Amino acid sequence: MRVQVQTAPFDPATELAGFARGRHDIGATVSFTGLVRDDTGQLVALDIEHYPGMTEAAITAMVDEAVARWQLVDCRVIHRFGHLTPGEPIMMVATAARHRAEAFAAAEFLMDYLKSRAPFWKKEITDQGGDWVKAKDSDEDALTRW
Amino acid sequence: MIEVLYFAWVRERIGLARETVETSAATPAALVAELAAREPRYAAAFADTSALRVALDQTLASFDAPLAGVREVAFFPPMTGG
Repeated sequence: MRVQVQTAPFDPATELAGFARGRHDIGATVSFTGLVRDDTGQLVALDIEHYPGMTEAAITAMVDEAVARWQLVDCRVIHRFGHLTPGEPIMMVATAARHRAEAFAAAEFLMDYLKSRAPFWKKEITDQGGDWVKAKDSDEDALTRW
Repeated sequence: MIEVLYFAWVRERIGLARETVETSAATPAALVAELAAREPRYAAAFADTSALRVALDQTLASFDAPLAGVREVAFFPPMTGG
């Protein structure tokens, strides 16, 4: 299990290369990568602020819960902060379990919780200035299924 | 004495990332009332606490949770990770 909160860019393929490798008790791995999306063609950058200390603790608690609920054999979370440009990976979740249902469910759980329970705040930077991204009610509602 | 941290637009409105506050407030709600009474920039940041979240010693909490023994309080908007 590994949690990384970092400013540095990462390459999902490189990060996944060694994930769950060499184990014989894993039947399924699932990975998700979130990218900086530009809906308007105006986005210059995404500035991501976080709460050092709480971020790592909150994500580690989510990972511990996911591991326990879905008996994950391995799990990785990478989440960046700082100045990101369109197309760059923001975050990655990878889960490894005996069966695909557990690997998928745990990955979705972690993505839902990262969205509204990990202390990150996104600001969209355009030529006109910066706008804090507003949390969506649907993101909060997504937690009720867990 | 308590460390108070602000993030995202709360930080921008108040113009500070953190400060040490002398307070005897029993809850985050009472601390918010004290801070909002200080200056308009605090009042503006805390105008609608339903739009805010609070963490006590780096754990999410409610605005009526006890502050006794807490060293670090953080105020911020709903999180937008992922």
